[in-house]
Amino acid sequence: MTTATQRATVTYRQALRDTLRSEMLRDENVFLIGEEIGLFEGSYKITEGLLKEFGPRRVRDTPIAEEGFVGAAIGAAMLGLRPVVEIMTINFSLLALDQIVNHAAKIYGMFGGQASVPMVIRTPGGGGQQLGATHSQNVELFYSFIPGLKVVAPSTPAEASAMLKAAIRDDDPVLFLENLALYNTRGELPAEIDAIEPAEIGRAAVTRPGTDITIIGYSRMARVAAEVAETLAAEGISAEVVDLRSLRPLDRQTVVDSVRRTGCAVVAEDDWLTYGIGAEIAATIQEGAFDWLDAPVRRVAMAEVPLPYAKSLETAALPSAESLLAAARDTLRATGRLALENAR
Amino acid sequence: MTETTQSAGTAAPARTRRARGTRTPRPAAAVPPADAKELTGYYRQMLLIRRFEERAARAYTEAKIGGYCHLNLGEEATVVGLLEALRPTDYLFTNYREHGYALAKGISADRVMAELYGRSTGVSKGWGGSMHLFDAEARLLGGYGIVGGQVPLAAGAALAVSYKGGDEVVMCHMGDGTTAIGAFHESLNIAGLWDLPVVFVVINNGLGMGTTVENSSAEPELYKRGAAYRMESARVDGTDVVAVRDAARLAVERARAESKPYLLEAVSPRLKGHSVVDPARYRSKEEKESLKAADPLARMALELEEAGILSHEARDELDAEVTAEVDAAAAFADASPAPDVSTLFDYTYATPVPGELRRLPADPVFRA
Repeated sequence: MTTATQRATVTYRQALRDTLRSEMLRDENVFLIGEEIGLFEGSYKITEGLLKEFGPRRVRDTPIAEEGFVGAAIGAAMLGLRPVVEIMTINFSLLALDQIVNHAAKIYGMFGGQASVPMVIRTPGGGGQQLGATHSQNVELFYSFIPGLKVVAPSTPAEASAMLKAAIRDDDPVLFLENLALYNTRGELPAEIDAIEPAEIGRAAVTRPGTDITIIGYSRMARVAAEVAETLAAEGISAEVVDLRSLRPLDRQTVVDSVRRTGCAVVAEDDWLTYGIGAEIAATIQEGAFDWLDAPVRRVAMAEVPLPYAKSLETAALPSAESLLAAARDTLRATGRLALENAR
Repeated sequence: MTETTQSAGTAAPARTRRARGTRTPRPAAAVPPADAKELTGYYRQMLLIRRFEERAARAYTEAKIGGYCHLNLGEEATVVGLLEALRPTDYLFTNYREHGYALAKGISADRVMAELYGRSTGVSKGWGGSMHLFDAEARLLGGYGIVGGQVPLAAGAALAVSYKGGDEVVMCHMGDGTTAIGAFHESLNIAGLWDLPVVFVVINNGLGMGTTVENSSAEPELYKRGAAYRMESARVDGTDVVAVRDAARLAVERARAESKPYLLEAVSPRLKGHSVVDPARYRSKEEKESLKAADPLARMALELEEAGILSHEARDELDAEVTAEVDAAAAFADASPAPDVSTLFDYTYATPVPGELRRLPADPVFRA
């Protein structure tokens, strides 16, 4: 992690901003819409300078009316525009739930494929910023549950750029999950912004190969997983890291193939455990790699409470490198691998 | 007849007639009276909707149609008047009570009935049913089953028209109950703020399911809600096809020429229950009796006969013609194939993706 940071050239925030600009220059039908994205340049400054460059037609500030402006973006997309909606945080997307779930996700299928909804909803999840219960949730699960939606969750600047391009050029509604804790993280880009190839939506990536354990995460937790793998490597444990990258469609095969190599898995998520994305991954693993499992699949997730404000409580409730490391060690002990390594 | 063509009428269903301080704005433009041929054409369209809906109700009781089924019975003059004001290139968003709107937008009775029957020849290929009619070519951009769901979409379609510099108008039809939902207010605000070429049309039939307008709206004169958004608005007698047409033309003109949204309220009776299966026991005998007088079709038949435009015999002939058309539609629907199960996964995504789970309920996620 440390060496990667030293080589880093661009922040996650900058990658998003430059990719939006690049896509707007490429396609006249791409426009931005959301609260405070123009004059204010975005609550998290992702749209910095874009109003000045493109004007209010392409960068449209909205009233505080999530249902109204998300619905308007859907209607505009039905007529062939490619709106990129910013919802200030994923918590506020709940106000637009009907438009996202009952309309964006349904219009293509419900009318027999006559109109598609080529729309992107960019929104950050997050916790750990002491924002209290209503502003700290990660409810990407709600959207990942819905056929008709696509949900992507890049963890690095390079992936953020490639996936945002893919999402904008895709003909379906894509929920593009960002994370408050990732905006200032840095990484290298494989090319100039304009030359970055769009990612293929629906593919997970093995971001670190390994043989002893599979650690699965997405968004912020994919980076935490990489950190934990580094720590384990120093102890002689070879952890494989799978970054899901896409929550719907879910690349089950990559997960299962990895567990068939390692024989055990820990899945980390920045939201609650019950009925969560980790639960779906665990179910996938038991169905696809039952005979390869040497230990039960372990889930690392938030404590089942509305997230508190006080730093002591918030920190305790959130998954971290420490909690993921502890769960990984438990799992390795259950397989006998950690004990063997220690004996060596 | 001529007198009512000059102004938006004031008729209201029994329960809204008591509304306080009714003042009906009048369209400013002078409108030439409709000619005999036009009126006969309107009557025929209204009759087609009436016979279609009656045929649909029958098919529902014969279990040919599933799900929910909401009819435009009593709304025929409103439907025809509104759609007369649109060009073929204009867009229409509607709610789930929309069979008549699809017919008046020029879609064949065959394809509408086939959709109600859930057949692959239906407008939405059997994926939508009664509440979700859609035809890209006719620019009917959907019937929507969630109250108010179509309203932000219509504002967005108007935003796209304005973005592209087009001269199309978007019409968005909804029921009186919709005016209480947040999406309605957010959309009117947005449309007013951004000068969008959209005409919002509220069909006030006095009832949202069984709840009266007075029991659901603090301002039962619904067109007045436009004032909160500095939006021009009017109320029109929805049983008078020419009055509706003229009021709608004015609204559409505002949207097209000035890119200004408009709120039009058409007061129009719902002759039967909320849906086919609703006996409307919440309505009194007197109220049901008074509905007969409000029937726009009977009223127009009488007026056309009195004006010497359409004789009793000619009317019967039209009726036979229209009835044959809806019977043929029912036969077409009945003879059409159900969608093949092999097409089940065809419409989840417009851009195909790897890893999409295409399994039936008993199938495993991973095949051995």
